[in-house]
Parts: sequence; C-alpha cells; structure tokens
Amino acid sequence: MLETCEKHIELYKELDSYIQNFKGKKGALINVLHKAQELFGWLPPEVQEYVADKLNISPATVYGVVTFYNFFSTKPKGKSQIKICLGTACYVKGADRVMERFLDELGISEGEVTKDGKFSVHGVRCLGACSMAPVVLVGEKDFYGKVTPDMVPSILKKYKGEG
Amino acid sequence: MKPITVLVSVDSNSILLGAKEFLKYLNELIREHNLDTIVEVLETGTIGNYNGVTIAIMPDNVYYSVNTQEDVLKIFEEHILKGRKVLELEIDKEKVLNLTTEELPKEYKIVTRNIGKINPKNIDEYIARDGYFALAKALQMKPEEIIDEIKNSGLRGRGGAGFPTGLKWEFTFKTPADQKYIVCNADEGEPGTYKDRLIMEGDPHSVIEAMVIAGYAVGATKGYIYIRGEYYGSVENLRKAIKDAYEYGFLGSNILNSNFSFDLYIRLGAGAYVCGEETALLESLEGHAGRPRLKPPYPPQSGLFEKPTVINNVETLANIPPIILKGADWFKSMGTESSPGTKVFCFAGNLSNRGIVELPMGVKVKDLLALSGGVAGGNTLKMVQTGGIAGTFISTDKLEVPLDYDSFAKYGVSLGSGVILGVNDKHCVVDIALNVMKFFKHESCGKCTPCREGTKIAVAILEKMSKFEGTENDLEELIEIANVAKNTALCGLGQSFSVPLLSLIENFKNEFLEHIEKKVCSANICKKVEKTKKKAKLAK
Repeated sequence: MLETCEKHIELYKELDSYIQNFKGKKGALINVLHKAQELFGWLPPEVQEYVADKLNISPATVYGVVTFYNFFSTKPKGKSQIKICLGTACYVKGADRVMERFLDELGISEGEVTKDGKFSVHGVRCLGACSMAPVVLVGEKDFYGKVTPDMVPSILKKYKGEG
Repeated sequence: MKPITVLVSVDSNSILLGAKEFLKYLNELIREHNLDTIVEVLETGTIGNYNGVTIAIMPDNVYYSVNTQEDVLKIFEEHILKGRKVLELEIDKEKVLNLTTEELPKEYKIVTRNIGKINPKNIDEYIARDGYFALAKALQMKPEEIIDEIKNSGLRGRGGAGFPTGLKWEFTFKTPADQKYIVCNADEGEPGTYKDRLIMEGDPHSVIEAMVIAGYAVGATKGYIYIRGEYYGSVENLRKAIKDAYEYGFLGSNILNSNFSFDLYIRLGAGAYVCGEETALLESLEGHAGRPRLKPPYPPQSGLFEKPTVINNVETLANIPPIILKGADWFKSMGTESSPGTKVFCFAGNLSNRGIVELPMGVKVKDLLALSGGVAGGNTLKMVQTGGIAGTFISTDKLEVPLDYDSFAKYGVSLGSGVILGVNDKHCVVDIALNVMKFFKHESCGKCTPCREGTKIAVAILEKMSKFEGTENDLEELIEIANVAKNTALCGLGQSFSVPLLSLIENFKNEFLEHIEKKVCSANICKKVEKTKKKAKLAK
C-alpha cells in the first residue's frame, strides 16, 4: 500500500467519503473509479484493490473494468496529457501530421511520458468537435482547434512552465 | 430588462476560439464603464457561425464574428458606446442564420428550436419558450394516449438504428414490473457526430422534459443520462438544469401535483465506443465492462438491472415535447412517409462550413453539400461518408440520393447519426479504410469472434495493401470478413464495420486494384506512411 505517504492517506480518505454516497446503491464501480483516477491521476494496483475491498467485489472484476475503458489508466500519465483526436473528421484534416509533430518535439512515442513527467501524448477517439478539426485536447479542458503542425511548439510552450 | 442585450455564443466551438476569454473581457469593459445597469450579457448556444465567436447586439439585431480581444474592444467602443456598426466584423445574419432558416420554414426547427436563442443555464428562458408545457399537458393525458401519439407520429430513433420510438415505449409499458427505467443515450461517440453535444449544451431542459414524459408514459420512476465523460460543457449544463428542474418541481416527487414522481441521475461514460450500443450501455451503467448482451431479451423486457427499460438518443428525446404539444399530424407533415420529422446533420471533414443544420428527412446529399459550402480550399470532392464511421462511403455519382431511414436499403446510402463527412481528392481510399478499421479494431470489445478477429485481420490486410504488398486474394478476403461479420457478429458495432469497408471496396475498387496490381497510390499517401514509419524508427 501507499500508506507511507501522508498525501495518499488524505486521498484515500476522500475516496472513502465518496464511496459512502453509494452505499446500498447498485452500479457504483465506474463512478468510484472516475473519482479515484481524479484523485490519484491513474489507477495503480493498490488503488484498484482498495476499491474492490470497499465495494466488496473481486479485484479481478475491478481490473476487468479498468482495462476495458480508455479513460482509465493503469500507467502514470504526464502532468499535461495531450490528446489528439484521430476520428475520421480530424484524420482527413491532417491529425496524423499533428500527432507526428508532437511526438517529434517531445522525443517520445505514443503513450510514453517525457522524462520530466510533464507530457504524454495519446491518440483518442472522436472528441465531438469535428467542426474545428483537427482537434487537440490538453489536460481535461484546454481545447485547441484547427491545429496545424506549426502550431505545436507554441501549444507546448504554454505548459512547459507549469509545475 | 436592460436596454441593450449582448448575446455571446459559448458552445464548444466558440470556446475553442476563445469565447470564455472574450466574455470575461466584455464583462470587464462593461464594469469599467459602469454600464452594468444598461448592458446585459447573455451566454447562448451556437448561432450558426463557425468561423469565429458570434456576438449579437440586440435590439439592433446586428451579428459580429469575433476572433481577437481587439475585435471585442472595437465592438464595445464603436457599437455599444457610440452606436456605430463595426462593418468589417459584421456578418450577414441572413447568411449565418440561413444555415437553418432560409431553406426551410421556421417551424422545421424542432430539435434545435431553442439553441442559440436561450441561455441554457436559465430554466426561466426555457419555460418562456413553452418549456415544460408538454409535460404539463402529458400529465393530464393517460399513458396510453401519450404512447399512441408518439406511435402515430412515426418518430424513429435518431441514434442511427431508426427503431420506432413509440413501439419501444409501448413494449416497456406493457411489461409488468415493480421498477422501470428511462435511459438517455448521450454517449455520442460516432466520429464526425456532435449534434447531441450541441443539443445538451444549448437546450438541456428539452432532454429532461422528454425523459419525465417518457417515465410517466411507461411507468418508470427513475432515469439515467449516460453521457461521455469528455463532454464537460454538456455535463455542466445538464447538472445545472437538473438542479433547477428539481427546484421548480419538474423532477422529484409529486410532479405538478400529479402524484407522479421521477428522479434523474447523470452517469459518466469512461470512453468506449461500444457503449453507444444499448445493451453495452446498460452493462456500463451497472458498473461492468461495456460488453453487449445477447438479444433477446430486449431492454423493454429486461434492461437495466434486468428491469424494463426505455433507451432513447438525445435527439430523439428532444423531439418529444414538440410532438406532445403540436400533435402527431403536425410532425408527420414534415419529412418522408417512412421517416417523418427532421434530422440534425453534422458537417465534417474537408467541407467549407462545418456545423449543424436541421432539415426535413429526405433531403438530398447534394443539397446538404451545397449548404455546407462545398469542398474547402478549391479542392475536388472525392467521396462523402454519410452516417458516421459505421456509415457508407459514397462516390460523387450518388449525391442525388434522398436521405432517410430507407435510403440504406434502397440506395446503399446510410443516414445513421446524420454525419456528412466530405473527403477531398488528396486522400487515398486504402489509407482511409485502414484508419476506419483501426478504429473498429481498437473499439471492438472482444466478446465475439467475427468482430474481434475480423477487425484484426482487416487491419493487417490493409496495412499490407498500403505497403503495396497486397494481392487480389487479400481483397477477396476483406470482402469475406466483412460479410461474415455482417451476418454473425453479436451487436451493432460488430455488424456495422462491414458497412464502410464494403462501400469503399464497392465504390472505389479500382483504387484498391491500383495498389495491388500497379503498386501505386494516386493520392501519394501510402508511400508517405511507410517513409514516416522509418523515420520514427530512426529517431528511436
């Protein structure tokens, strides 16, 4: 367990109180995992076991759900996750070239985290912003539309200074 | 009401273009000049301009397209302070609103009736436009009468499959159970589709109202909106709308003194395309991996937690309140005989104007392309994909086809979720097929063999072809894989990957053969893919 770290104890506490909301309700697992990933950034095995224990289901069931959905990650991700939409609409507008440029600039391959832990690049399915294709999402809310490979360095610059 | 009202579009596209910053800046300017009591700033959904953030000044009825803070300042100083139009930023409102009004009389705007006209976060504005009147009317009717009205209207599921909505309701109504559910399928993940997002962002109450009506009609007291986790704007607006609806007594117990109670919850999806399939969605709602169930039993008999369940798409639901208010005959007066009403279409890909339009069913592909302004950048149209990624790719000789739920059976052109994706001649058919099949391979849930293995083999073959190593045998095998999946896969996803694949091969066979026999890619894409791969390896 990660109990040595005080910050983690706090996080587990917060997760606990969230789980309390679902007492006696069916189908809570995915909501709880959403919360857990929001708190921990990813879902390491010990967090999955903790959730399984609290919800009284097997860790295998939890693992099965975690690995089924794209949103849940069993690997740590960069502080700023760069999600490049590879839906058809973005693809025909050159999303593959944008992806290539991000990987080139950062010197990583898809799914990897940069050495400083700041960035990771992920190809994702349609983000539903096709009228602005190609679309890049940094973090959870920073959308960039009509992105060209030449815009990549200036997008990265915005996040390089952080943390 | 304040003398001047400024409408600012804050749909997702506008936010991409800086709408939030512009809004903040505009509010700052107003405060600085102590104009708080004179100028009202309202946030609204998409107004139909997709090239900038739209700022409309009322009552002057002037529309501006804004891209920078300087533009905002200019409008503020010139128009708001001095009353002079900023001509260079003004957009022809006929042209902007034209996208949805000129081609069709106003009453054809059913689903998008409130988008861009009301503040989605203000329930009073929804009520002012007859919001929740349909609910009040429905609660005076017998459940059977409501179901008959929907059945008579001929409304069919707008998620893509086109199943008659009234029948779904009737089956659920007729199944006895101690608990029934209404589920809104808002897991919009069909690439190229963003209509549901714009509806939920721009008019969330229409979905809520429809779900309560559905609940009353079939005898369900609980509802879930299953929405994509990535749709932050929609989730935010829906949460606010649900909170307000509870406060006003449109949700909760004893709604409008009718003794009918209904509770509504939001559940976030976790990123799986297959969860748009209704039984997979139910599995996900129950907290499991979203793998489709064997049908029958269908959800109206045994759905969520094995109870009778109605699952309707966002756009389908948004049609319900107007049908209740205006009647089935009114609804049937639009569209075609087999597919009454309207459809929201989304323009995507290499088209000049990208955005949504709502048109009567039966509109020709050609007319849709004209509305979208045709192919962007002076390129030539090569093909159009209709209906989303699981839809058909058609060549330019099929543009006269009218789109409704029968056009797939009749002409091999699917309506699906209403995507019109233009592809210009800079693209290679094999490469597009590969991209599409990679998507299905990734999203296959792995439960049944035809889909799990079929998508894998198809990707392998297409990769071979893109390296000019394919044979004619391979092409035959692709066709066979597609046909096997079409006939034997468990769910809609597995069956439907055959649609884009077969339509590409059927309509563009020569280009496949060119890759096989002549080893050339006329669009010059396939060679490039190989090169960049090598480059990537070297870089490592």
